[in-house]
This record gives sequence, structure tokens and C-alpha cells, in this order.
Amino acid sequence: MAKVKIKLRQEHIDIIKSICKKFDYKPGELINVLHQVQGEIGYLPAEVQELIAEELKIPVSKVFGVVSFYSFFTMQPKGKHPISVCMGTACYVRGAESILDEFQRVLKIGVGETTPDGKFSLTSLRCIGACGLAPVAMIGDKVYGRLCPDDVKKIIAEYND
Amino acid sequence: MGETNMDMIKITIDNKVVEVAKGTTILKAAKDNNINIPTLCYFELAGMDIVNKPGSCRICVVEVEGRRNLAPACITECTPDMVIKTNTTRVLNARRTVLELLLSDHPSDCLVCPKSGDCELQNLAIRFGIREINYVGEQSTYKQDDSPSIHRDMNKCIMCRRCEMMCNEFQTVGALSAINRGFTAVVSPAFEEDLTLTSCTFCGQCVAVCPVGALSEINHTGKVLRALNDPTKTVVVQTAPAVRVAIGEEFGMAPGTIATGQMATALRKLGFDYVFDTDWSADLTIMEEGTELLNRLKKFLAGDKDVKIPLMTSCCPAWVNFFEHNFPDMLDIPSTAKSPQQMFGAMAKSYFAEKKNIKREDMVVVSVMPCLAKKYECSRDEFKVNGNPDVDYSITTRELASLIKLANIDFAALPESKFDDPLGESTGAGVIFGTTGGVIEAAVRTAYEIHTGKKCPKIDFEELRGLEGIRSATIDFDGLPINIGIAHGLKNARKLLEEIREGKSKFHAIEIMACPGGCIDGGGQPRHHGNSEIIKARWNAIYEADKNLPIRKSHENPSIIQLYKEYLGEPCGEKSHHLLHTHYFNKHNVFEVDLNKK
Repeated sequence: MAKVKIKLRQEHIDIIKSICKKFDYKPGELINVLHQVQGEIGYLPAEVQELIAEELKIPVSKVFGVVSFYSFFTMQPKGKHPISVCMGTACYVRGAESILDEFQRVLKIGVGETTPDGKFSLTSLRCIGACGLAPVAMIGDKVYGRLCPDDVKKIIAEYND
Repeated sequence: MGETNMDMIKITIDNKVVEVAKGTTILKAAKDNNINIPTLCYFELAGMDIVNKPGSCRICVVEVEGRRNLAPACITECTPDMVIKTNTTRVLNARRTVLELLLSDHPSDCLVCPKSGDCELQNLAIRFGIREINYVGEQSTYKQDDSPSIHRDMNKCIMCRRCEMMCNEFQTVGALSAINRGFTAVVSPAFEEDLTLTSCTFCGQCVAVCPVGALSEINHTGKVLRALNDPTKTVVVQTAPAVRVAIGEEFGMAPGTIATGQMATALRKLGFDYVFDTDWSADLTIMEEGTELLNRLKKFLAGDKDVKIPLMTSCCPAWVNFFEHNFPDMLDIPSTAKSPQQMFGAMAKSYFAEKKNIKREDMVVVSVMPCLAKKYECSRDEFKVNGNPDVDYSITTRELASLIKLANIDFAALPESKFDDPLGESTGAGVIFGTTGGVIEAAVRTAYEIHTGKKCPKIDFEELRGLEGIRSATIDFDGLPINIGIAHGLKNARKLLEEIREGKSKFHAIEIMACPGGCIDGGGQPRHHGNSEIIKARWNAIYEADKNLPIRKSHENPSIIQLYKEYLGEPCGEKSHHLLHTHYFNKHNVFEVDLNKK
């Protein structure tokens, strides 16, 4: 039960504190705070959740409860090029699963993970509104449509500079 | 009938027309009319401000005419002219399916489960006559977690979330929360860490309300048996005040039975060399804490701005953990007096050991406590001398009962006997430590007489008694009004602490206990399964036991007077300070900038 020392970079501490302040430290704004902090820092590691709990004066177990409930929140750092494969209904019936499998095979990582060099991370999401192009994947902000598993290697090569 | 009461509505439940108050749930209406509806996640401790009704388990479903699906009785309010059927085939089948699905993701190792025989899920399986589990599928698995006080086996969690309610709403500790979603959802500390890494106070109220074997105490009965069977060890036992008014329940005696005499006999039969009483060290606590209060008051009244007022009691180890985690800026407010358990250990292994010429390492001190936090408390480093703890093992009321059962002792039929001298002699003031308000009443009985030099005109301070969460009273110390605050439940303690922090507290002394009603409903007591009448019976028994004792003031305890005369000198003197007082630690998380990562 020793004191827990929490190590964070000063710039991250400042970002988190200013976001919590922006929402007036209201516990009811937890989801919005998490959303914005993830937007700024990229992910929500334990230390970040501890500090948010401290600022909003709520138990960190509650913060983790919310982070672990919503698949949008991640405790893993995102890669330089975050890959999202759409698993919405339209994409799914047109073979999105085999696209996702191929990304996992080529990158040698699972869903929710990041490559050791920090270059790529892989997630799945539900519908980006491009059903006409199904199956769809996004890398960063770029959308790739009408994919087949053979395309995966070629797309990844585009980012291997 | 004359005028109809606007707040009453008519409903039909199992073909019987009844009137219920607006807002009554179906479950309550049924109960009031002697109709039994099984429940599982639902939990209430009436009169204690404790209720858990997430409406999630669905065991309590009933049929409501005109409603397509079945209604959970615990959260569905009665509406005018509602027609409810609680026992139709459809209802019984649905409940059975719900139970079978719960059992399909629950280990069936009941024979070796710590909750066997006292498990609400097991009882339902018996009641429903379950002989096989028809649904076969994946079982959720989580890591096992052992802390100094609590064992967590979340494979057995049924997500009733009672523990989460106690931890967050009643205690405002927040060590536990529901995490994840769907099949992997479970109640857990943040990041699925071990409980020891959280702000858990080890109050054990999660264990007290868990309906299944997911949460249980760390069991030390094996270690106690080994010590009892070791011929080189002198084994000394102390029993807390609240144990004697609850242990009888484990042997079929009525709640509220005072079983002090039978308990002392049973402990001797188990082979303890000396059967002593924590009530004795409760009297000692009053001498130290009472003197500390008077010393601080004297300085305060003389205009000293640095002295800390109010003084807060420090007997409850869960409360100590709570302020160490949550109020690290106020560590100098609570009394420095050790708790009665630790004062006993310190005296047994010094004063008594020297008297009997027993080497410290040859003495084993066992405490029987209504409490789980006491297990953690006795493991704290500051309560050890060269690694040897003042109290070796702390076992709960339940664990003592299991030892008595193991030894084939017919507890209820035992003749009564007395505690041994000198660490077994105690007063009524010591007994009332077992319930909320008792510690401060005991302190008042003594502090009044020491401060005024006069005999106190009364012994029973009814104004300090009761089961409301926060209470206050002003006691007239012969012209000097002393404002006293009392809280049980850590959410109530938090309110009083925040008042002090804001400089708004009007109190001179405050007593805090973590558990509902104080130690009588500690995490180590026989399980009440939500029946608060049991807690009230224990509460009455504590004051009954006080009344039955010839001496009722700590400073009149002959053994305590003798102790000061031949060993300690004076209360809060140098020797007492060394042996009977402690200090507190900042356990709050610290944020540190990591320069290496720049």
C-alpha cells in the first residue's frame, strides 16, 4: 500500500488539466474529457486515467469502467498510421472479416494493437457511412474502398517509406 | 371506508386485492402481504440508508396483466389497478431459465467454496431443485486476487454489483467498479489491478454483502491451529466487543444473544493458553485517547492556535486507511492512540510477557475480530518489533465459529466462564466500543470525571446512541459544553472531514466507525443477508452487556489502574507514547513529472 507514484510528461499533465478545467471539473463530463484527451494524446494509459480521476475528484475505477466499456477508447498508443477496418453490416457481408484478417497477418498484430515500430495500429469500427464502397478501410483520414485481401499488402507498402 | 387516501392505490396480487402506498415496488407489496418473491441482486439494509437494486439479475420477475414481457418486481412500481401474478408457470419457468443461465457461467465447486452453506445462489439452486445445468458454454475466468484482508475470486461473480454499491455509495471509497462489457464484464479495481494497489480500506463491507463466494476473507484458521499445536508457543487470544453479541448466531442462538461466557469456555477448549479480552485494551484506549483529548482541549481553551481540534477517534482501521488515502493533509487530526487490538498486542508482548517471563518470539497473539481491516492493521510494519508483529493473526467471528465447529464443540451447551486476569478484566465502557457512539460515550464517562474531578451525574448517555449515519450532541462538562460528532459509514466520515477542512466544524471530538452500525456489522461478522433486525438485536445486546457489568467506566478498571502503577506510569507519558501511540502515512497517489521521457 505504498504511495503510487505516477509518472507523466509535463506537457501531457498540462493538456489533461486544461481539458478537465474546460469541462469545469464536472464528473458528468467524464466521457467528453476522455474523448478530448484521447484526441490530444492519442490514447488513455493508466497514468492519464489516474490524473483525470484526480482532477474530476472521482474514483479511478469509475474512469477505467468507462474506458473499458466503450470500444472507442484505447489504452494502447496508436500507430503513426492508424488503420480502421469497417465491420458494419454492409462491409461485413462483403467480406470485411477477411480484410481484417489479412491486415492482422501482414502486420503481425491483433486488433487493438500497434506494431513494435509504432508505425501501424489496427482497430475495427462500425460503419463510416461509405457503404457503397464496401468493404472499406481507413488509414489515417484516407478511405480505401472495394477492397479484396490482395490489396492489403499494396496499401501497406504505400506507407513504408 | 370514508374518504379515499390519494396516496394509496389498489392492486391485485395473486388474486388478492390490497392497498399499497404510491411508489411501492411490486417486491415490497408482495413482502407486506406475505408473498415471497426470490431475489438475488436486490439488497437492502432497512434503516441504514443502504439499497442495491440494479434490476439486473431478473430472478424476481412476475407477470403483470396487460404487459407483454415479465416485470422485475424489485424495480417495478405498482400502478393503480395493477393485476400481478407472482407464481404462474410462465413466471416459474422464466426464473428457472434465468437461474440456469447464471449457473452456466458459475463454477460448481460448492463443496470447497468458502461460502458453501451460506450462499444465496446455492440456496436458490436448492429452492429451484436444480439437478443439472442445461446450458453449456464458455465460463468467464479472471485472476485470483489476495490482499491482507480480502480474497477475490471473480470467476464466481454474478454481477449483482452489491459490492460496488457498498464501496462507492456507502463508503465513497471507489476501489471497485463495473468494468468491461458483455461477457467479460466484472466488478474490479481500475486496470484489473490487485486490491492492495487501490485506495481500498479493507472495511470488508463488499464481503459482507456478496451473495456468493466471489468475495471472502483471507482465512487464518490454519495458522492459528498450527500455533495452538506448537508446544513451544504460548498462545494468547483477545476477543473484540462485537464478537460476543454475534457469535451465537453461528450456532443457532437468537440474534442479540450475549455469549461472552460460552465464548471464553470455547476458546479454552480450543487450547488457547490465555483467554483475554480486547475490552480490557478498549479501557486502556480510553485512558490514552481521553487524556489526549483533554490535553488538546486544555491548550485549545487557553487560546493555542496550533492545537488540532476536533480530535477524531482512531480505533477503526478501515477509517484510518480512509483518511490516509483521502485526507493526507489532515493526518494530525485523528488521535495518535493505537486501536484496542494493537494496544492489546503491544501490552501482551511487553507487560504480560515480562510478567510471565515469556520471550516475545515464543508468544503468539491471536485476535478475534468482527472486522477484515484488522487483518491488514496487524500486518502493518509500524506494529512490529524486529519483524515480529504485536498481533500475529487476526481472525473473524466467522473464522472462530468455524474453528469451534471443527473441534466438535457444542457451543450453545457450553458452561459460561470468565476471561483470565489481568488482560481480561474490563468495564461496560469497553463493551460499548462495539457499536457506533460507544467509543465516544466511553471517553465521555472518563474524560468528564478526570476533567472536572467530580463524579459524573450519569453513566448512560442516550444522546450519543442511535443508528442514524451522522449524530451530534453537546455534553455539559460541569459548565464546559463539549460538542461531539459521531459518524458511521465512510461517506458520513467524509462529510465531517470536509467540514473540518473548510474550518466549519463545530465539534471538539468526533467518533468514526466505517461499518453500518459500527463493529456489530463489521465485515467479519455472521452474515445478516440484508436483515437489519439482526444488527439492531446486536446493538441492543451491546448496551445490555454494558449494563450487566459491575464497573462501567474505564478509569475504574482495577487492572488498568494496576498497569499504570506498575508499568506505564501515566496516560500519554513517555512509556505509553512509545508503546501505545502510532503515526499515520500519506497514501495518496503522487504525480511526478517523468524527465527521462522528454
